Amino acid sequence: MEKQNYTVSVYTENNLGLLSRIAAIFLKRHINIESITASQSEVHEVMRFIIIVQVTEDQVKKIVGQIEKQIEVIKAFYHTDEELIYQETALYKVRSSDFVEDFDIQSFIKKTNARIVTVSPKFFVIEKTGERHETESLYEKLKPYGLMQFVRSGTIAVSKNEMPISEILEKFNTSNTIQ
Amino acid sequence: MEVKTAGFKEVSPKETVKVSGAEAVIKCLLAEGVEIMYGYPGGAIMPVYDEIYKYKDKILHVLTRHEQGATHAAQGYARVTGKVGVAIATSGPGATNLITGIADAHIDSTPVVCITGQVGSHLLGSDAFQEIDIVGLSTPITKWNYQITKASEIPEVLARAFYIARSGRPGPVLIDITKDAQFESLDFSYKECTGIRSYKPVPEVNLLQVERAAEAINNAKKPMIVFGQGVILGGAEKLLKEVIEHAGIPAAWTILGLSALETNHPLNVGMVGMHGNYAPNILTNECDVLIAIGMRFDDRVTGNLKTYAKQATVIHFEIDPAEVNKNVHADIPVLGDVKETLKLLLEFLQPKKHEKWFSRFQELYNIEYEKIIKNALTSKGGEVGMAEVINEINTCSEGNAIIVSDVGQHQMVACRYAKFNSTRSNVTSGGLGTMGFALPAAIGAKMGSPNREVVAVIGDGGFQMTLQELGTIFQMKVPVKIVILNNSFLGMVRQWQQMFFEKRYASTEMVNPDFITIAQGYHIQTKKVTERAQLQGAVKEMLESKEAYFLEVVVEKEECVFPMITTGASVSEIRLE
Repeated sequence: MEKQNYTVSVYTENNLGLLSRIAAIFLKRHINIESITASQSEVHEVMRFIIIVQVTEDQVKKIVGQIEKQIEVIKAFYHTDEELIYQETALYKVRSSDFVEDFDIQSFIKKTNARIVTVSPKFFVIEKTGERHETESLYEKLKPYGLMQFVRSGTIAVSKNEMPISEILEKFNTSNTIQ
Repeated sequence: MEVKTAGFKEVSPKETVKVSGAEAVIKCLLAEGVEIMYGYPGGAIMPVYDEIYKYKDKILHVLTRHEQGATHAAQGYARVTGKVGVAIATSGPGATNLITGIADAHIDSTPVVCITGQVGSHLLGSDAFQEIDIVGLSTPITKWNYQITKASEIPEVLARAFYIARSGRPGPVLIDITKDAQFESLDFSYKECTGIRSYKPVPEVNLLQVERAAEAINNAKKPMIVFGQGVILGGAEKLLKEVIEHAGIPAAWTILGLSALETNHPLNVGMVGMHGNYAPNILTNECDVLIAIGMRFDDRVTGNLKTYAKQATVIHFEIDPAEVNKNVHADIPVLGDVKETLKLLLEFLQPKKHEKWFSRFQELYNIEYEKIIKNALTSKGGEVGMAEVINEINTCSEGNAIIVSDVGQHQMVACRYAKFNSTRSNVTSGGLGTMGFALPAAIGAKMGSPNREVVAVIGDGGFQMTLQELGTIFQMKVPVKIVILNNSFLGMVRQWQQMFFEKRYASTEMVNPDFITIAQGYHIQTKKVTERAQLQGAVKEMLESKEAYFLEVVVEKEECVFPMITTGASVSEIRLE
């Protein structure tokens, strides 16, 4: 089976230590996490992890099974790129002097669909949100001008199909007398 | 708005009292029905030990000689009783010493709650004396773990701990409690945990899958069952027997499934796996329907997966969805508690007898008997063989003893030759293969099952890993019977060296102390057997003793355990020599 990009989405209780519990599942199988983000989800007080890995489908299935087994994990899903809308954000810090001299800044920003976050006499901070190839292409364009700093976020993604977390939680609430 | 993530049930009588965190811990244990805990005191857990002192009439604390012993004893207790075992230790080295036992309980699905003390919360992260991140360390080997830093958390967290440890596929839970949380006071009332919204212990049964399984079994010409510990954990031993008898299916077991079906049941065809019986291993690759019940296709069971039961329709009865399709593809997975699914299955099963198919098992058994079993069990002159000792224990105990085995050759021999009449009689370290498991586990087994004979069968290597627990046996007057099969070798490794490393016996020969003197130092009755003629009398005397008894049997030095499926080989390539 071919390795490919899979996005693992994990809905969890907001619990201290859960990140290392989930990360340990990858570590145990010697699988590198390409990117990981954690944030609040659409459900009140439920967290969502987005983890990108390069594995086979067989591997990702088993990993999702192991993740779901963790007590505080409500549900885990895996998706291929085609099943998702996904984005990354990159920040580029460029020296103002290098940048302004050779550059038609306005048309550059327009062409690349980037955004200037901050302008100061010393540096510019440019932000670009998009798919990996887009942030990478901007990186290549800016590199000759001397990037002072570059950073890219983990991938965030939403699936085209539904993820019925609220229903799962509702089902628990109705079947359990919560006192 | 505070989100409720778990359900709780009032425990009557409802009471709210002001107590310290440490006292709350004991009150929680009592509310959960804990009678015995195993542990070792130290600085960060002293407030709890002070309460153990005050509550000593209500709850028994057993001081082991090492924290590893505490976890194994808790495991032994849990394995024979089905209740949650409890181990308790201090921070730092006390906590790290629990790790092996926790890992063992994790891989063998044993319900254990471990409580560790931790440095005061204001010291967390300061590299304080005996500070260790035990939550971080134990994460990959616990079903759940949690650090308590406020006394008010204690009742709910411990309620969750017990619920998680025993429900679904059981496992170990570790609760770390900072010292200040033990001193702090709280308004205590205990509510039992009834559910956690993010945790589904038992998957819903899909009746269609049960029907599909039944259909495959009804149409099978050569069905075979392999059952594991899931049958015991699910309390489904009777149902298993009904299924086997009703549908006339030969049934084999994994080492943790052993004793779920009595050894002398006509359809019990023995052990699968590396040192299992000849017939069930060979016929795994001849059956047309393989029915796996509460087992997880460990590599020691399957041998080479590429050639494992490829001809068969595989039905997998399993409580843990992550186990389905993990190692072996299940054509018909049946998720759920086996107690439920086997009951449903029975309704659809047609009565059958597979006499011709069963006779294949007998034919192959006869080959194994002639080549191996006969020689192992009968005197052939020379030194005593390990199987002879197990056989003598069988005879003298009439198959009614609990046998706790350690890890290595003697373990495989014990599992192969021990006879059991009732369930929860075989206690051994299966998945982790923890040498040193048996002696402390036998303490827990005996205390959990005081009316039964408990015999620990241990090699000379494994015994020396936890022999300090003789001190626990002496102090607590635990009447366990200890049989050391002494071949002055790390026998299993030596066997591999003989077979695969051209007899280069690297660090496997042991120059041993006089074990008898050691046991006598603990004032335990002893006997040493060096000749066959002494064996029967010694085993008899041991089993008749009302106290702890230490029997050392000097066995053949370079015995090999056969049959054997060598690494990478197929189950059907099992070797008889």
